[in-house]
Amino acid sequence: MAKVTVDGIEVEVPNGASVLQACEAAGKEIPRFCYHERLSVAGNCRMCLVEVEKAPKPVASCAFPVADGMKVFTDTPVVRNARRGVMEFLLINHPLDCPICDQGGECDLQDQAYAYGHDSSRYGEAKRAVKDKDIGPLVKTVMTRCIQCTRCVRFAAEVAGTPELGGTNRGENMEIGTYVEKALSSELSGNLIDICPVGALTSRPYAFVSRPWELKKTDSIDVLDAVGANIRVDSRGPEVLRIIPRVNEAVNEEWMADRGRFSFDGLKRRRLDRPWVHKDGKMVAATWPEAFAAIAHRLAGLPGERIGAVAGALADAESVVALKDLMAAYGSANLDCRDDGAAIDASRPDYWRFNTTIEGIEEADALLIIGSDIRREAPVLNARIRKRWAAGRFPVAYVGPRGLDLTYPATHLGDGPGAMGAFAETLKAAQKPMVIVGRGALQRPDGAAVLAAAWKLAAEVGALTPDWHGFNLLHLFGGQVGALELGFVPGQGGKDLAAMLAGGVDALWLLNADGFDPARIPASTFVVYQGHHGDAMAGRADVILPGAAYTEKDATWVNTEGRAQRGRLAIHPPGEAKEDWRIVRAFSEGVGKTLPYDDAGAIRARLAEASPVFARIGEVARGGCADLAGPAATAAPTDAAFVLPIPVYHQADVISRASDTMAKCAEVYGPQTALAAE
Amino acid sequence: MSAEHAEPASFAFDAESEAKIATILKRYPEGKQASAVIPLLYVVQKQMGLQTGSAWVPRVAMDVVADRLGMAPIRVYEVATFYFMFNTKPIGRFHLQVCGTTPCWLRGSDEVLRACKDAGHLKGYGDTSPDGLFTLTEMECMGACVNAPMIAVDDDYYEDLDYESTVKLIEALKRGERPTPGSATGRRSSEAAGGATALTGSETE
Ligand code: SF4
Ligand code: FES
Ligand code: FES
Repeated sequence: MAKVTVDGIEVEVPNGASVLQACEAAGKEIPRFCYHERLSVAGNCRMCLVEVEKAPKPVASCAFPVADGMKVFTDTPVVRNARRGVMEFLLINHPLDCPICDQGGECDLQDQAYAYGHDSSRYGEAKRAVKDKDIGPLVKTVMTRCIQCTRCVRFAAEVAGTPELGGTNRGENMEIGTYVEKALSSELSGNLIDICPVGALTSRPYAFVSRPWELKKTDSIDVLDAVGANIRVDSRGPEVLRIIPRVNEAVNEEWMADRGRFSFDGLKRRRLDRPWVHKDGKMVAATWPEAFAAIAHRLAGLPGERIGAVAGALADAESVVALKDLMAAYGSANLDCRDDGAAIDASRPDYWRFNTTIEGIEEADALLIIGSDIRREAPVLNARIRKRWAAGRFPVAYVGPRGLDLTYPATHLGDGPGAMGAFAETLKAAQKPMVIVGRGALQRPDGAAVLAAAWKLAAEVGALTPDWHGFNLLHLFGGQVGALELGFVPGQGGKDLAAMLAGGVDALWLLNADGFDPARIPASTFVVYQGHHGDAMAGRADVILPGAAYTEKDATWVNTEGRAQRGRLAIHPPGEAKEDWRIVRAFSEGVGKTLPYDDAGAIRARLAEASPVFARIGEVARGGCADLAGPAATAAPTDAAFVLPIPVYHQADVISRASDTMAKCAEVYGPQTALAAE
Repeated sequence: MSAEHAEPASFAFDAESEAKIATILKRYPEGKQASAVIPLLYVVQKQMGLQTGSAWVPRVAMDVVADRLGMAPIRVYEVATFYFMFNTKPIGRFHLQVCGTTPCWLRGSDEVLRACKDAGHLKGYGDTSPDGLFTLTEMECMGACVNAPMIAVDDDYYEDLDYESTVKLIEALKRGERPTPGSATGRRSSEAAGGATALTGSETE
């Protein structure tokens, strides 16, 4: 540790820390542009100048290491003058187009010019102009505004692992770009918008849409993958205008994936905004009482075992528990939340959770990935793996389609389960080995055997010890784990999805269940579809109950680690659509099976009672593995090649399939499944 | 940044270049091959000069270098565009690089430039002559100020020039000759203009 005095305040910081970090520790704000705590230090903007005792001139605090006994001054005439000078230089070539710039109101350059700069300009000469670059449908560029801090260059190379941005030419002619014009290939490209301190990189869909002070800001959770990135939904009136990440060190640090960030325009399209009932061969608009009556009528005569319910990828925990309770009231144990057919063993939580936790990845020292393209199934989690890889000594191997580009080197072992064992020696040699099984790897006839074999491998290589749990299942969407935690799986004598679809039930209640082909439902089955988008499944329904999308309700979501988090209502659901658990609750009342909760507090108490996960919002119970007994399987897996579950990253769920922005991306980027090199 | 010139469809190192690359790569420890990016770009430029008569570095060749050194292509583009010595556009057979920095300018670089334009049929800096023989570029000081003014033709320095001697040099190049580099007035390296005035004999004499 080093003792440093900043403006008379003494602080202790680790050796090797920068002067800027010491100043922060002392509570002093240091203006900066190029410095970003999650990127390497570039030291090129010079905005962070401070005075250090005995140094002959001001030093760039972000790039200057502390020394014991150092005295730093952040508010002297020299420092103030230096900042003013740097600011003046930065503004020489910066257009003063704030009134038409989308960064206006939340621009570091604007704020810092205001706080630290001159009050007027002395510059009368010509400014340089830089041609804008086309780097894809998501990030808009106005390169004349670029101050060449190179944050974007470092982000792309270091965090995203797609080194495609750079600074070409030099001096007056230096430009940031891709040199050869191309769309950035990262699934994290939206983060460039956040880290660019000026308005050079802004959101294309948000261009000229709004000013930050007009927005209502609502904290929420990204449910379009299973990472559970913490987000802020910015809305105005009835519309979501943009989504940006919030900091959560344990989950997403400060990043979020492009699908979650940019697909919200899909919230306005193809919405189910009123109930519909199938009458005389066609769907007709109905009122809520009519829709409820149609369902009640059909269910009335049925024994419990002929009724079933399926929960899908985007179902929130509240509605899942309500539907489960409703089914219990009907005497049905036919529940399943594995609507994609994944053979998940629901008998023990660590069979379905990402037990190492996302933060835990940074402790691991070897990794085997089974049947998952993590980069596209969970881009933010993949960035964490990359971060671990960048720290050194982290062998990674994968089983699945050859040619995956995970953004870090990984050895391809083979296409099917047979190749899993080939990495055993490396895993054994490691102290904290990790195995990640993609949910997609279990969506096959021998899925249960794959799961069992992966667990067995983890146990054999020492990934399961009393203080390290190296077995991980990576889910695909925000609603999948919550339903497992709530035990939305066949109860005593209950039928699973396959049995229900094989004529095992006469009535089927689908809650956001879009994961299977509607054609598999027998013609005679009465289908209730509760959801928010008129995707394929809604087309098969006999009754449609319009629900709320994740931005339109106060709801609880559980990420792949088993971490429950709350999203809040940002905008109201369209038309007559309602919060999902209230739909189920209202129905239950109509049929005289009233569920015992009717406000948010009560249903949350019910959740907490159903699973401890919901009693510790935001937390995750991390631990080792005490019991090595694995999931049940009757046979060994076949060696059929793994197929990735998400063929087109930008169109993986009902919301993104309704989004124009995502459709544009899908056009530009196309399907990204393995390139089958060779 | 998009290329306004024709890019070759592909690039491959020839045997001679490969031999050079093998020697170059040996200079860097395992895992640090990226350090060889500048020498390799230079090899590319030389080979292009020999093969096509235009010593430049096409984009496909930068990709080949990136691939060879295990670098992201953009990292190579950055280097190639940063250094003036790499031509990222096709140039003439001879690259006339005129120094216009103060010492050369005081000693008459404007005349040298005029001679280049007249004899080489060049409109100005950045131009390539219609016959494809010459490209004219303005350079900053190349460290030969003692013998100012000077120009560099590709890698060779021609010094102590004036209008006539520059024209002569260019005419010679047109004829396919390659005059001996160095001072046009005949002085040896950077001796005083009228011949050596000090250290003319040994101390014991
Ligand atoms: S585009 Fe933005 S982040 Fe990138 S160098 Fe320019 S100012 Fe910095
Ligand atoms: S923040 Fe220190 S030089 Fe840019
Ligand atoms: S000024 Fe021309 S070589 Fe130095």
